[in-house]
Amino acid sequence: MSEVREEVLRLAKLRKSYNVGLPTEIEVLHGIDLTLDRRDFASLIGPSGSGKSTLLNLLGLLDSPTAGDLFLLGESTRSMDDETRTARRASAIGFVFQFHHLMPGFTAIENIMMPVMVAQGRPSAETIERAWLLLAAVGLKDFADRRPGELSGGQQQRVAIARALITRPALLLADEPTGNLDTKTAADVFALFRHFNREFGCAVLVVTHDPRLSEVCDRTVELVDGDLVSDIQRRR
Amino acid sequence: MRFLREGRAQTTLILVGIAVGVAVIVFITALIQGLQSNIIERTLGTQAHVKVEAPDEVNLRAPLAANTTQLVLETRRAQRLRSINNWQRVMAALDTLPGVKAVSPVVSGPAFARRGNAVKSVALVGMDPVRYQRIIPIGDDIIAGSLRVGAGDAVIGRLLADDLGARAGDKFRLVAGDGRDVQLNIAGIFELGVRELDQRYVYLDLKQTQSLLDLPGGVTVIDLTVNDLFSADSVAARVAQLTGLKAESWMQSNAQLMNALTSQSLSTAMISFFVALSVAFGIASVLSISVVQRTREIGILRAMGTRRGQMLKIFLVQGAVLGFGGSALGAFAGYGLVWVFNTFGPKLFYIPVAPILVPLAMGLATLTGTLAAAVPARRAAHLDPVVAIRYV
Repeated sequence: MSEVREEVLRLAKLRKSYNVGLPTEIEVLHGIDLTLDRRDFASLIGPSGSGKSTLLNLLGLLDSPTAGDLFLLGESTRSMDDETRTARRASAIGFVFQFHHLMPGFTAIENIMMPVMVAQGRPSAETIERAWLLLAAVGLKDFADRRPGELSGGQQQRVAIARALITRPALLLADEPTGNLDTKTAADVFALFRHFNREFGCAVLVVTHDPRLSEVCDRTVELVDGDLVSDIQRRR
Repeated sequence: MRFLREGRAQTTLILVGIAVGVAVIVFITALIQGLQSNIIERTLGTQAHVKVEAPDEVNLRAPLAANTTQLVLETRRAQRLRSINNWQRVMAALDTLPGVKAVSPVVSGPAFARRGNAVKSVALVGMDPVRYQRIIPIGDDIIAGSLRVGAGDAVIGRLLADDLGARAGDKFRLVAGDGRDVQLNIAGIFELGVRELDQRYVYLDLKQTQSLLDLPGGVTVIDLTVNDLFSADSVAARVAQLTGLKAESWMQSNAQLMNALTSQSLSTAMISFFVALSVAFGIASVLSISVVQRTREIGILRAMGTRRGQMLKIFLVQGAVLGFGGSALGAFAGYGLVWVFNTFGPKLFYIPVAPILVPLAMGLATLTGTLAAAVPARRAAHLDPVVAIRYV
């Protein structure tokens, strides 16, 4: 991969409060500054209640900040309306959740193509080809016609990762993707993240509780009580 | 769109629910329409749509001299049997009136029929058989002899024939008062199925009746049939206005029947409305449950970039599909019910199913489904993806 640093995401003094205007108003994030570029394979760690999920929702454009700004591929998202944010989310961001959240009525290959299908209806030949490529990359080529219920937890999560990558996102966000997988399977999933990070030049940010897994990443960002307290780079 | 395939049991239940609702609507509507057209047909089978008669005779009052008051005790005049003035011209005018199908001049009045010791009061109907048959196809109801009037021939009802102990070909005597009487040959016997008519009507030709009733050259009633049954009222009003005669439509002369028909239609509409309403609530509740059940999936779809509008559309289309599918089944079942009724029912009358009824019911159900889906669809579209994804 080229060494050109290409900014994917930049946070500028990002703040988030809940119950704004009420006596119970509480600020969860106190002005976060963070930049992610295409080569980053980063983990976000922190104790529960530190604001990890809130931050992830903001990064994924699922929620909007109370103050500050978030630049996605250099574009300010501050004044975007819901339609535009949805469109950006569809084109630039892939999600992997703790639970696989696959559609139970659809096969693995259909689930992978789902983000494209919701955007354009019928998948193009190119999409189908890419879906098969991704399915092969996650090692599930023989399971294309299985439904989520017929797959193991690790296999479901791998389908979910393939689904997150079908739209060629610039950023892959994963929220405790290995939270309910065993150690061996979890390591496999992380290996997949690294593979896609290198192969597609797609920035990866993983929220995790597991310190051993976070050490696998090139970079670890730690959030405590709504502040970034450390940002460790492990260049290798 | 394949979203719908989940929860098959639920989908089946609501489809059956919609189907039953639509079947009831189709069946009830067809039944009532069939019943009503049957009743109207029977009623009008022996009646003209509009009867035109001479206006009532009223007392004329001399104009008052100036500065005088007058106390009046008015006795209404007895209405004698009178001919319609200038009826040939009136009839010619009515013949050309738009909306009028047939015109028949009739002389009718009271008389007694005698045969041996039997004396029966009868109603004389003097008519022109060709014209009259266009109003009431009496020829179809002849059970003995033939429809032959004039030159000493008469056609009488079956019950009257029984009362007189006469058969076709026998003679009887008509007495019309003031010493006018005539001996007649029973050329035919009819049975209309209406007791009053079968017992009292005696059909003659115009001339014989005119002379019996002492109305030479006159007719007392002009019968009309109209093209559109329910335009009889307006045709009657127009005739009255044009000729200055008394014109009464079948709706006026059968006011009670009309009243019954109207309330029947109203109650059918009410039943249909409430059935449709409960079907709509059914669809709305099933889709509401489906939105709650799929909250997480909706969240994921939203996170993957499904727009609010698309989410809304998915659920609206589900409502429409449910409505359409259910009503297709229901229309089929409704047809089945009608068929069963026609084949195995009391066979009092046949129910035709208006072909328009099925697409109408289906269109309505599809629309209802879409409207019923609106509330749950809005909920789905406005779910916050953050909340929805974490929903368990």
